[in-house]
Amino acid sequence: MSQQVSKSFFAKIDGYVLLMYLALVAIGLCAIYSVEHRSADTAFFMPNRNYTKQLMWLGYSLLAGTFILLTDSRFFVSTAFLGYAVGILLLLITIFAGTDVKGSKSWLIVGGIGLQPGEMCKIFTSLALAKYLSLSDVNFNFWRYRLQGLAISLLPAVLVLAQNETGLALVYFCYILVMYREGLPGSILVAGMSLIALVISTLLVDKIILLIIITVLCVATGVIFRTIFQRKLYAGVILVGVWLFSVLFSQFAVPFAFKHVLKPHHIDRIYSMLGKEVPENYKRANPDDEEGDSKKDNASEYNVLQSKIAIGSGGMLGKGFLNGTSTKNQFVPEQHTDFIFCAVGEQFGFVGSFVLIGLYIGLMLRIVYKAEKQKSVFSRVYAYAVAAILFFHFAINISMTIGLAPVIGITLPLLSYGGTSLMSFSVLLFIFLRLDIDRHASIR
Amino acid sequence: MDSVGKSRQIVITIIFICTAVVMLVRLFFLQNFESKYKAMANDIAIYKKVVYPPRGIIYDRKGKVMLSNTTIYDLVVTPSNIKQLDTVQLCLALGMEKDWLIKQVKTSIFKNGYVRQSTFMEQLSPEQTARFLENAFLFTGFELVERSIRTYPKPYASMVLGYIGEVSLDMLKKTRFVSYRQGDYTGLSGLEFHYEEALRGQRGVHFLERDKFNRPRDSYKDGTLDTPEVSGKSLELYLDADLQEYAEKLMVNKIGSVVAIDPKTGGILAMVSSPTYDPNLLRGRDRSKNYAALYREPTRPLFNRATQATYPPGSTIKPMTGLVALNIGAITPNYGFPCFGGYYYCSRRIGCEHSGGGHAANFREALAHSCNSYFCHAFRLTVDYKDLGGVKKGLQKWHDYYSSFGFGHPIGIDIPFEKGGMVPDSNFYNKLYRGSWNSCTIVFVGMGQGELLLTPMQMANAMCIIANKGYYYTPHFVKSINKNEKDSLLMPYLQKRVVLNIPNETFDLVQRAMQDVVERGTAVGAAIPGIEICAKTGTAENKAIVNGEVKKMPNHSMFVTFAPRNNPKIAIAVAVENAGFGATWAAPIASLLMEKYLNDSISSKRKYLEEKMYKAHLINKYVYTIDSASRVHDAIVYQQRMERKHYNDSMKKAKDSIAYRNWVYKRINNTSH
Repeated sequence: MSQQVSKSFFAKIDGYVLLMYLALVAIGLCAIYSVEHRSADTAFFMPNRNYTKQLMWLGYSLLAGTFILLTDSRFFVSTAFLGYAVGILLLLITIFAGTDVKGSKSWLIVGGIGLQPGEMCKIFTSLALAKYLSLSDVNFNFWRYRLQGLAISLLPAVLVLAQNETGLALVYFCYILVMYREGLPGSILVAGMSLIALVISTLLVDKIILLIIITVLCVATGVIFRTIFQRKLYAGVILVGVWLFSVLFSQFAVPFAFKHVLKPHHIDRIYSMLGKEVPENYKRANPDDEEGDSKKDNASEYNVLQSKIAIGSGGMLGKGFLNGTSTKNQFVPEQHTDFIFCAVGEQFGFVGSFVLIGLYIGLMLRIVYKAEKQKSVFSRVYAYAVAAILFFHFAINISMTIGLAPVIGITLPLLSYGGTSLMSFSVLLFIFLRLDIDRHASIR
Repeated sequence: MDSVGKSRQIVITIIFICTAVVMLVRLFFLQNFESKYKAMANDIAIYKKVVYPPRGIIYDRKGKVMLSNTTIYDLVVTPSNIKQLDTVQLCLALGMEKDWLIKQVKTSIFKNGYVRQSTFMEQLSPEQTARFLENAFLFTGFELVERSIRTYPKPYASMVLGYIGEVSLDMLKKTRFVSYRQGDYTGLSGLEFHYEEALRGQRGVHFLERDKFNRPRDSYKDGTLDTPEVSGKSLELYLDADLQEYAEKLMVNKIGSVVAIDPKTGGILAMVSSPTYDPNLLRGRDRSKNYAALYREPTRPLFNRATQATYPPGSTIKPMTGLVALNIGAITPNYGFPCFGGYYYCSRRIGCEHSGGGHAANFREALAHSCNSYFCHAFRLTVDYKDLGGVKKGLQKWHDYYSSFGFGHPIGIDIPFEKGGMVPDSNFYNKLYRGSWNSCTIVFVGMGQGELLLTPMQMANAMCIIANKGYYYTPHFVKSINKNEKDSLLMPYLQKRVVLNIPNETFDLVQRAMQDVVERGTAVGAAIPGIEICAKTGTAENKAIVNGEVKKMPNHSMFVTFAPRNNPKIAIAVAVENAGFGATWAAPIASLLMEKYLNDSISSKRKYLEEKMYKAHLINKYVYTIDSASRVHDAIVYQQRMERKHYNDSMKKAKDSIAYRNWVYKRINNTSH
């Protein structure tokens, strides 16, 4: 009897997600192995090699996953806010007691094991946001609740930013996608994208020309939709407001941010993505930075170039497993963590990259598809959160390796080397799998 | 399921898919159309390592190593790896000042950057190497790198073996050096030059992968593209290292040369040009410094007198004069000449050392006593011989004989820069005397003076011809290349060269006459009991320009010989510059060498002779004066030549421009028609 119950229980697990998860982790292990393999190696398992450690972490992750699958779904609902509080506390502790790694204070060393609370907090935030949105008295059509939701998702981002880990902080903006699904107006997304476009055009186009373009666009809009503007006064006010904002933003805010807010290496990364030299007036001498700083700035361009060389030299079918001359010989910096995609691109070419990207998109679409099948709002919101986090990591990481996005230090989910990263993504997915088993139940 | 939720799910799905499509399009172009990345990946990661094989080793006839390789060490530094350098210890180890050390590190960083290796100090001495290795753990970032250099176990035979050096930019433009690249070494003189192709071996190319610190890693594609290096071939010489050493010792403090050849093979047994130098000076770190010092020496040790110095042969040419005269029929073996101490036929006196009646009663007597009158007359009879049709044709016939003896042109031995000497022909005298000359004008040539000039190598080769009775093999040093005696490089030396047909009886007569020279003639001191030696002394008059005036210098002491007469094993020519009679200096040296070679040791009776030769100091003071004067002269000649060259060049340019202008005018005229 009990056997039958457990059998049906495990049969309810979504096999596609599990399979794609395992496939991605396996590809990641192969990639890390290929990067570290030396012809002089005698044994397959070399201690102190990252792929061995990653394999160990996979073991821990699967163990944790099993525990999660055996836990009651309601546990996650009831402990969501508590977990969030613990996460925030950990982040606060990290700000003060964190260990300095490459200029950011995002690591907590507990008993010899390094933890990155910023990574783990994504789980807590997702659960908390799901719980908040599933509360019966929260009506997401009201701005009050929308702002509260934003606050829940962006508080960790602020704390992570305080640890000087910009990339990880940006990940928390992915919750906007979740909230969009739950009723945030689409204009927010459009406005956000327009803002990014405005920033980029500010950097690319001359100030005066940009001013003229914006003005012409606004006037053109006014002329084309003049019937609307004649009927509704507030539309005209909005148009003038948009024009004023765009002008002020492009003429003053962006230059101010570049001169006084952003760090030199941020500016450098943004310009290197755009393929342009940093203009003279944005260049700053940083007396508090160490002497190698100017070198490090050039390094970001160097990273992208080496990454492009590795991927570009892969060709259609790649150079073959363990034959990647660029990745094997350490030309690509951070190639086992942030730039692990290079190993795949170089050794397996376009075909390999296509399969990998297909796997990611398949996983994300499967999660979104499954999310809509959930009866409880909690599960749905949580599923969207998982998909959004995966998407953000995946999109930014691969884009930066091929020069489509500035170099932000975030990992490629499930592929990059890193215990905390693998663990947190595994936990995220396994919680989703657990909730999915109870998709027909209303979890509260 | 609300409709808003549904549409938003679709929007999110579209965002996901669009992102993926953008990425894939970018990747597609990056991986399939931007081929520069492939080239860049190969550029940065694949490292073509050129592996130099060891140069070939040179052995003497008994298998003694004369030239081989040793390993020396260069000190290289990788500045980024330097950690807490103990400068005091390093200075002590290298024997250098701290300032120098710091400057050197800075230069390395400036030249090659932080992470790349650069040479810190070349060719460490054994002491420096030992001291460095003792404390190597203190000097992280510094490393010793092996390198192979040439080494001469004994400081002899420098002229024969030669030396190597880096190819210069000028050399690289020549076709001989197409397969070379900057930094390669090549033989610059001696056997190292001539057998470069064999000694050099074949460079190997290994393709290695390197990491971003430029450190070589695995071999690329498992070494399937590599070509292995082939080590240089070894040479086995005819040269006898012991004989060479002995000859060089005998020639110490004398200016001149010794050549000893095995007549049966043409193999050179010893070749000395004195003064010589220690070949070990011209390798390694101090090569250019030492070369400059040797170059400035007034005695010119870098000048190979055995193949490049041309001397009037003096009386040593008389066997050849006689040979030609006998063969043509100008004289008979019994022909005698009444000489009473001089030759008066050409309206001036040519002195003869002997005045006793009958010292030139027949050919044998005349050669034994080296009668000037006899051979002057024999030469005149030769060129004026009635069958030849006049002195001009006669001289040409005589010139043909001498050419076939290997005179007047480089014989073609296997070390470079050989000179040909001078055998005057009718054209030469027509120009010199504007056509009006006769056998009296050129009578001195018959006794080896005048315009006739030979190198010691040619004199020794002439002895081979007489010893072999009419043929010779081009003298050469190398017997086999990698034990292969028929190597293509050796083919020219395996060819028997027969001189113009001279019957054996004539050679017999000349040989007997030359034996008389030793037994009862001018070179009795050179006799070795139990060996039939044939020889001829020579005392060559010569002139030099001293302080702008042509002055008569002390005679060159010359001696040519071969032995044993019936089974010739060695032929020797010795020239000692400005030393006096041939019998006094050159003859004993040749005789001692012969005894050493044939009997393997010097008999105790002749030790005094050896001692006398060792002690003799025959370099005259005026050598130094002449040298400085001739250098001034050379400089002036050089300057004049350059001026003339510049003048010609500018004239040529002017002509070219005129030609070009004419061509342009022509075109214009043609088109206007």
